[in-house]
Amino acid sequence: MAECHPVGFQWVTEAKKRGARIIHVDPRFTRTSAVADKHIALRAGSDIVLLGALVNYVLSNDLYFKEYVRHYTNAATIVSEDYRDAEDLDGLFSGYNPEDASYDPTSWSYHSRSGQEKVEEPGTEAEGEYAEPEEYGAGGPSLKHADLAHDDTLEDPNCVFQLLKRHYARYTPEMVEEACGISAEDFAYLAESMTQNSGRDRTTAFCYAVGWTQHAQGAQFIRTAAILQLLLGNMGRPGGGIIALRGHATIQGCTDIPTLFNLLPGYLPMPEAGEHNTLQDYTGAIGSRLQKGFWANADAYTVSLLKAWFGDAAQEDNDYAFGYLPRLTGAHGTYQTLERMLRDEVDGYFLVGQNPAVGSANGKMQRLAMSHLKWLVVRDFSLIESATWWKDGPEIESGELRTEDIETEVFFMPAANHTEKAGSFTQTQRLVQWRHQAVNPPDDAQSELEFFHELGKRIRARLADSDDPRDRPLQALTWDYPTDEHGEPDAEAVLKEINGSYVSGPDQGKPLSAFTQMRADGSTAGGCWIYTGIFADGVNQAARRKPGQEQDETAAEWAWAWPANRRILYNRASADPEGKPWSDRKKYIWWDEKEERWIGKDVPDFPVKLAPGTKSDPEAGGPEALAGDDPFIMQADGKGWLFAPSGMVDGPMPTHYEPPESPIDNPLYGQQSNPARIVFPREDNFLAPSSNQPGSDVYPYIFTTYRLTEHHTAGGMSRFLPYLSELQPEMFCEVSPEFAELVGLENYGWATIISPRSAIEAKVLVTDRVRPLTVGGRRIHQVGLPYHWGTGTDAVVEGDAANDLLGITLDPNVQIQGSKAAQCAVEPGRRPHGKQLLELVEQYRRRAGITVETGNRRLTVPYGESEANTEEEG
Amino acid sequence: MPFMARITPLEWPVLRQLRSRDSTGRGAAVTSKKTRATKPRTDDADKVVQSICPYCAVGCGQKVYAKDDRVIHIEGDPDSPISRGRLCPKGAASEQLVNSAGRQTKILYRAPHSREWEALDKDRALDMIADRFLEARRRYWQDEDEHGNPLNRTLGVASLGGATIDNEENYLIKKLFTAAGAVQIENQARI
Repeated sequence: MAECHPVGFQWVTEAKKRGARIIHVDPRFTRTSAVADKHIALRAGSDIVLLGALVNYVLSNDLYFKEYVRHYTNAATIVSEDYRDAEDLDGLFSGYNPEDASYDPTSWSYHSRSGQEKVEEPGTEAEGEYAEPEEYGAGGPSLKHADLAHDDTLEDPNCVFQLLKRHYARYTPEMVEEACGISAEDFAYLAESMTQNSGRDRTTAFCYAVGWTQHAQGAQFIRTAAILQLLLGNMGRPGGGIIALRGHATIQGCTDIPTLFNLLPGYLPMPEAGEHNTLQDYTGAIGSRLQKGFWANADAYTVSLLKAWFGDAAQEDNDYAFGYLPRLTGAHGTYQTLERMLRDEVDGYFLVGQNPAVGSANGKMQRLAMSHLKWLVVRDFSLIESATWWKDGPEIESGELRTEDIETEVFFMPAANHTEKAGSFTQTQRLVQWRHQAVNPPDDAQSELEFFHELGKRIRARLADSDDPRDRPLQALTWDYPTDEHGEPDAEAVLKEINGSYVSGPDQGKPLSAFTQMRADGSTAGGCWIYTGIFADGVNQAARRKPGQEQDETAAEWAWAWPANRRILYNRASADPEGKPWSDRKKYIWWDEKEERWIGKDVPDFPVKLAPGTKSDPEAGGPEALAGDDPFIMQADGKGWLFAPSGMVDGPMPTHYEPPESPIDNPLYGQQSNPARIVFPREDNFLAPSSNQPGSDVYPYIFTTYRLTEHHTAGGMSRFLPYLSELQPEMFCEVSPEFAELVGLENYGWATIISPRSAIEAKVLVTDRVRPLTVGGRRIHQVGLPYHWGTGTDAVVEGDAANDLLGITLDPNVQIQGSKAAQCAVEPGRRPHGKQLLELVEQYRRRAGITVETGNRRLTVPYGESEANTEEEG
Repeated sequence: MPFMARITPLEWPVLRQLRSRDSTGRGAAVTSKKTRATKPRTDDADKVVQSICPYCAVGCGQKVYAKDDRVIHIEGDPDSPISRGRLCPKGAASEQLVNSAGRQTKILYRAPHSREWEALDKDRALDMIADRFLEARRRYWQDEDEHGNPLNRTLGVASLGGATIDNEENYLIKKLFTAAGAVQIENQARI
């Protein structure tokens, strides 16, 4: 955090000054470790063993926050008797289908109170109709209703609490030592620190970044932390939580108002072909009317969005133009699109401030895919490598591409920067901050707002007279935004549309002030329901800048946080079931007996008049069904989920699997790697043989990638700046003295790092910051690689790209690639060039006996009738 | 020349020290006229706006100083409760993001098979992109799937965005692409 979010880290330093204990868990020693109370190095990719062992420690020592867990989590809820755990099936859960390597989650469902009917997701009555994985992350995982069976003693063998206990029983300190390379002493320090600093008076927080997300089961890493934080009562409370530290300014905003294939604004899913033919099919699938919480009103959010986009063309009799939306048929993510490009099935590609030639996994695939395009539009500040690969990319040098043969047309369109346009960023803490414009963009530079508005105008003009039904959505699109004399659209006008307004009625034209005002009858419009209120009273709330020194620590009058300017989500949990603060020290939101409402230091994240003792009405649905002790108002049962009966595609509880490339055997299960991971078995994406398979010793080391303070992701905003280039001029690798000795590397000399995809060279930094670990009785060496450099001729500094080494294997929940733990070989000296480079990589592959099958067979334990498919990989 | 000004007894250093309460003689008492005449470059600004750093997602406040429609200085905004005036090396270097020599501010075009960039007029570039967008959309249009369910989409165009572009911009991109039936939109959040 001190490396990549240095200014945010000042608050960690402040906390430390006040007595907080800081523990840094990371494979490498960084500036964060230098000031932490303790640095704990772990083997990259072993996090679920460590977190699971903390869960086990809390449960087996009876250290969980009893009142919190009993009232606010689903610990007491009874799960279907059909459920079988990974402990029973050697690393698989019940419902695994080896044919398509996916789970049928029916057996993970809750039992309803009657004990007869399982609670399933809507639409699951018909066999095979499960929510598609790419919808996850949209909406909230739904339940048909919230009338569930409980055992408040937490003793029923099928209640969540007992399942959790059994599932993590083998995640012991000894296992942590074996799998993560962390000593029993260090584990005890971590476990005791966490439990002693959680409870009524104290809270513990987790901060993480892509070190958790970029794994073939990254979503489950974070789920494990969520389980731990729920058990310790650290959610919805000041100083608690799990804080994602995002690396791009508005990466939070980019998912809220998503440029993502699977989402519409406000986490509404993109409709799925066949599943969501009508608006009713669609909104019913997002949230049942009979489940608890605010997702039950998905119809109001959806209709308001359609009204914002299609205006008068969206009417009740045409399903509010729901049919105008395109449909998904599976995943259409960036890596699936890459495959389509390589098959010549995509003509045009826009890169909007993104540099995949350097920043995406398997760089060669990225660059070769672009050579298959008919046209490419690059919008950026400088001539990044993704704009110039056709003349100076690595494949030109290696002879794999010849400039004269490449048909792709490339448009470089200069972009306006953050000082040259007004607009809002949503920062990592959901805070939406407005930027004012300082100057106009120079020469041809223009904002994305102007570029896409102008492109839309020209596209619409060409189709104005069309009577083809496919052009109707573009014709009906609301696209008239006021512009200034330079053609720049008024960003505040767009923000007003996002906020929403009344379409009819006495307040027609007035901005909405809360999403609870949205209706499903077409009387309201709003582009992103969770942002409603950002333009309340006609005022740009994101532009509020009352100085921090004039406010309390919540600083509620600086900018605006979604939803409803709430700074801590689920903050009802900061009070006990009776509505009293858990302690004076951690007082945040509480029930005021006199006023009969929730009050406190923040906007209450709960129906403000819903009294603490209110019982749930199982017949009601939506927010009205919430009980006074249901703080998790976006969950379908109002509870924090220790066990996820739906919503995760690879298991209801996180389970340790080895990364797809790992030099050790899974110490817990016969199932080596995530059996539901998404694989790309292709000749341009070979994987190394794992652990006990022949050839694994050809790539015996682990490499992990990371960032440096002085650079920004793929370098487009840093390697082109002289100051930052001077601070970090060269690509390097970090290795331990023991490793340097073993391989024959010299400090400040060169190393060649070889994976089954490519080989790169890097200057060698021999340092104690990277330490070898003893894992599974073996000495395991890790190589650290920053990934900011790329090869081209326009940046101030260039170097080999670490991402060229990575293969593509995705997390099935979120389709994010694993970048943090893979296998490599290392040789001293510089790499060869041209054809010889390709030969070197090929030589290693041949020695390891790699085929497209290697590492891509997902099932590695016998299961059901699939005996034929169960032999070991390789 | 300024430093040749006549020295009077009142300008005797000890007196200056006492008079300006600069007891250690390291402050106002010993500043030269040259130092006193030095002004921060922000003094020349004809405009200051509050902005936000465009690098990571912490959201540090920036004050952007401009003169004659040119950014002359960027510094931390002390009013921000998040950053309290601080910036990291990247944020502190962001003036170069605006003014560095490596910035490309003109449209460039590379024709098929060409070895070189060439200049292209903005209006023409936008027309060419709009034509190509519609052609790619048409070539890969899908009305329905094999079961007759509506698809209403094209797979001929894709987009990959960074995540340092504004909410309002993302909103227009998603809105336009979705209305055009283009579903393959992604950004850094997937990576």
